[in-house]
Amino acid sequence: MPDTVVIIINGRPHQVAEQSTVAAALLTVGETLFRTSVSGQGRGPLCGMGICMECRVEIDGVPARLSCQTPVRSGMEVRTGG
Amino acid sequence: MSGSTARAAHIVVVGAGIVGAACADALTENGFHVTVVDTAGVGHGATAAGMGHIVAMDDSEAQFALTKYSRDIWNALADDLPRAAERVACGTLWVAADDEEMQVVAQKCAFYRARGVRAEMLDSRQLAAVEPSLRPGLPGALLIPDDSVVYPPPLAAWLLKRACARGAALRIGIKVSRISDVGVELADGGKIACDMALVAVGAQAKALLPEIQLRPRKGHLVITDRHPNFVRHQLVELGYLKSAHGSTGDSVAFNVQPRATGQVLIGSSRQFDNNRAEVDHGMAQRMLARAVSYMPGLANLSAIRIWTGFRAATPDKLPLIGPHPTRPNVWLATGHEGLGITTSMGTARLVADMLCGRVTEIPAAPYSPCRAGQIDARSACATAPSALAAIGGAGHA
Amino acid sequence: MGELRREIFDIVIIGAGPAGMAAAATACAAGAHAALVDDNGYAGGQIWRRANNARHGKSVLATRWINHLQRSAAGSGGLARLQQTRVVGMPRANVLLAESERGALEIHYDKLILATGARELFLPFPGWTHPRVMGAGGLQSLVKSGLPIVGRRVIVAGSGPLLLAVANYLRHAGAIVPLIAEQAHSAEILRFAAGLARTPAKLLQAALLRGGLIGTRYCADAWPLRAQESGGRLSVTLQIGKRRRVETADYLACGFGLVANVELAALAGCKFARPGCVAVDDCQETSVKHVFAAGELTGIGGVEKAIVEGQIAGLAAAGRTTQTARLFGNRDAALAFTARLEKAFTLRPELKTLAGPDEIICRCEDVTLGQLTIGDGDQTFHSLHDAKLHTRCGMGPCQGRICGPAVAFITGAENDLRIRPPILPARVATLAADGGA
Ligand SMILES: Cc1cc2nc3c(=O)[nH]c(=O)nc-3n(C[C@H](O)[C@H](O)[C@H](O)COP(=O)(O)OP(=O)(O)OC[C@H]3O[C@@H](n4cnc5c(N)ncnc54)[C@H](O)[C@@H]3O)c2cc1C
Ligand SMILES: Cc1cc2nc3c(=O)[nH]c(=O)nc-3n(C[C@H](O)[C@H](O)[C@H](O)COP(=O)(O)OP(=O)(O)OC[C@H]3O[C@@H](n4cnc5c(N)ncnc54)[C@H](O)[C@@H]3O)c2cc1C
Ligand code: FES
Repeated sequence: MPDTVVIIINGRPHQVAEQSTVAAALLTVGETLFRTSVSGQGRGPLCGMGICMECRVEIDGVPARLSCQTPVRSGMEVRTGG
Repeated sequence: MSGSTARAAHIVVVGAGIVGAACADALTENGFHVTVVDTAGVGHGATAAGMGHIVAMDDSEAQFALTKYSRDIWNALADDLPRAAERVACGTLWVAADDEEMQVVAQKCAFYRARGVRAEMLDSRQLAAVEPSLRPGLPGALLIPDDSVVYPPPLAAWLLKRACARGAALRIGIKVSRISDVGVELADGGKIACDMALVAVGAQAKALLPEIQLRPRKGHLVITDRHPNFVRHQLVELGYLKSAHGSTGDSVAFNVQPRATGQVLIGSSRQFDNNRAEVDHGMAQRMLARAVSYMPGLANLSAIRIWTGFRAATPDKLPLIGPHPTRPNVWLATGHEGLGITTSMGTARLVADMLCGRVTEIPAAPYSPCRAGQIDARSACATAPSALAAIGGAGHA
Repeated sequence: MGELRREIFDIVIIGAGPAGMAAAATACAAGAHAALVDDNGYAGGQIWRRANNARHGKSVLATRWINHLQRSAAGSGGLARLQQTRVVGMPRANVLLAESERGALEIHYDKLILATGARELFLPFPGWTHPRVMGAGGLQSLVKSGLPIVGRRVIVAGSGPLLLAVANYLRHAGAIVPLIAEQAHSAEILRFAAGLARTPAKLLQAALLRGGLIGTRYCADAWPLRAQESGGRLSVTLQIGKRRRVETADYLACGFGLVANVELAALAGCKFARPGCVAVDDCQETSVKHVFAAGELTGIGGVEKAIVEGQIAGLAAAGRTTQTARLFGNRDAALAFTARLEKAFTLRPELKTLAGPDEIICRCEDVTLGQLTIGDGDQTFHSLHDAKLHTRCGMGPCQGRICGPAVAFITGAENDLRIRPPILPARVATLAADGGA
């Protein structure tokens, strides 16, 4: 892969495209369940533009960040399923 | 109601907030015929804006009596409340910021215990253990374990549902424009005849009864996204009392609440003479900065909405419960300031007991609308009519 | 409490889509000291997102405006580009509160141009909350931001010309798009396509008249009935005319048209011409003096309308009011298109009943449609606001952006526009930052 960076997804390192958002990176590595809904459903991105809040994940310890609006950065730690 | 032949008195409750709803519930329980009217809906108004902290407050003996009385009623109902009421028996932590406030903690502890309220002093280490998100080094706190938090609008709906099951009528979308001695007049030109009107319109009471001394006191609240376990008790700084006490100037206090949803509700501010519902960013900013100074980790949480609400403040901060001093057949249940979610239940019992001619379970005089300073001087305080006699008896034995 | 940076401009434009880009470039050319604020890392808005990225190909129009913008940024006055910066509130007159990676920021302005664009309308149907069901524009934007789609099978469904644009884009990116399900009536679509005489719309016209893109079927009178998991993929049941059809896919990309992002305009106190549509005068000025609106928020109308309105707003805000008149003809044409667009893609009533009472309508709070009986039933609500207070519908972090328009469509109740700050979730630190003002 040209121009990649390594980010940590749920404790495991993954190589992802440097030019991608966290949401695209998660889907690329096969992570479709971004968050657990109030009634326990698994959810992933819907709008892709920072409106629906379905793509919330924990990024570098900060909860509820919008993965579709956040570019990946080398060494970034992402947690899903919260 | 056995054997009663008397026609049940018809009472129109104006306002379907938590106070009107609680009164409708208690009045129907005592056999009165009740109609509840509200312009907006059930549990709108301050009831949809307040924090829902059910708290025993020791500001004054009278305030304590009513809050403790009410809190006990709520606690006895705990198992019956609907899930939507989101009750959390989280208790209150009154947080001390310095050694001087720690002395206040000791005094408060003694005050509560002497009056049968469970209270426990926490030292610095214990406080840090139960609320790890608080800033390190705070000297301690007072824990009142039997306080709780609720989400008020469904509670108002639940109380009204009980009232309606006993025959009360609920009319939403109707504005009362005037209250006469024989009924209420509606903005759409209609009238509802009744034996008595109970005015439970919260901070808007002055629009119907200009003579009463009531000022809207604006407050801001901020809700966050769900961050479970960040806060575990309702946390209030001891300085809060200074903020709530003052009658002038704007004030903010650290007042943070865990919601059943895992959200964090952040308060509180107090402002007179700002009657616009819009968020006053400067106030919200000060309030949040204060909260973050106590709980640095709040800074990273995601805030999703800020809103405002109006408390109905009387000059002495005690509510107005009972017959209007000069107007026959008009009763008041308003002026609950920042405690109406809590004190709605006690208010309803007092109103029902007084109307039925029973001895009230706590003295009602401190909340009487006839007490000094509550009514514009020009409308002198006549002797309160004996309500029950005036309206011809409810259908109870 | 946290430091609050402060920046001061003559003109601030919010939204770097076509409308905002045109407004910014035009205002700068007229000599104004302006800033273009957008929450994305790139200019282009929804349609031109990453259009400058060679991988995604370029449209002539996009290239022209992106170059224009770059020249403005390099020019003497210097357009300031505040990217990845979200405007979350308006704390005082002529001041915006924004948030970025670097923290809180106060942006001061004399004139404000709102070009906050639109989002998709999502309607509930069984399975719409499945993670492989996304917006049409939603999936497109994820692909634009790095999701590989080569060889993936995507059903595109919903309504509006956006579906064609998305299908076209996805195919170019390597996806297999067997079919586009458009809910509108075929007769309306043919009439609409036949009326698309002007050049830029030609492509759309060709596609519509041909019944799709080569290799992709375009079905009118078609909509999704349900989507469910099936062996790691999706099984999508579609109503197509009088028939039902089941398709297997990796993604269902589904949006039922656009809803303008009017929240900032509402917060600013702008009057509305009708629900979802900010009222403006000839110069794109709203009812609030010195606040202008351009693009989707004055009516969903696409890129050409956005550009011409942006140009007019940019000129007017820079004080060149007299020069705006020469653009009115273009705008009239764009507005005529808008009206026809709205008529052709009117949502059919059948879409109101796709979801049963157990379906989730509020995705933030997981409130079901059955909980929201407005008008009749056991628990009846008198308005969406009433329903919200009692069921939590619309109380979550999206603040009713997604469920509000859907509930309004389904129930006919008016959407609840009690906009409160922050208009988008913000860190507590941002709201607590002290400007010392
Ligand atoms: C920021 C804030 C925080 C608070 N926190 C707490 C707390 O933690 N704990 C606590 O116990 N209390 C709290 N309170 C106080 C509490 O919310 C109020 O005391 C309580 O809700 C008052 O209820 P009410 O029924 O008297 O008035 P409201 O809830 O205001 O209801 C009045 C009703 O009357 C209706 N009405 C008004 N005029 C008319 C008319 N002319 N005709 C027909 N209908 C009319 C309105 O539509 C409204 O529904 C807080 C208040 C605020 C503002
Ligand atoms: C998801 C989606 C995909 C689309 N794809 C296509 C397509 O492929 N082809 C096509 O022809 N049309 C497409 N459209 C339609 C297209 O958006 C419009 O035709 C055109 O772009 C409108 O331009 P605009 O400038 O009004 O808005 P937009 O292009 O939507 O630009 C608005 C910008 O403002 C930003 N913004 C909004 N609020 C704030 C805030 N508070 N703070 C900071 N920034 C903010 C947004 O992030 C966005 O970048 C799409 C629309 C959507 C919603
Ligand atoms: S996908 Fe909707 S906010 Fe990120």
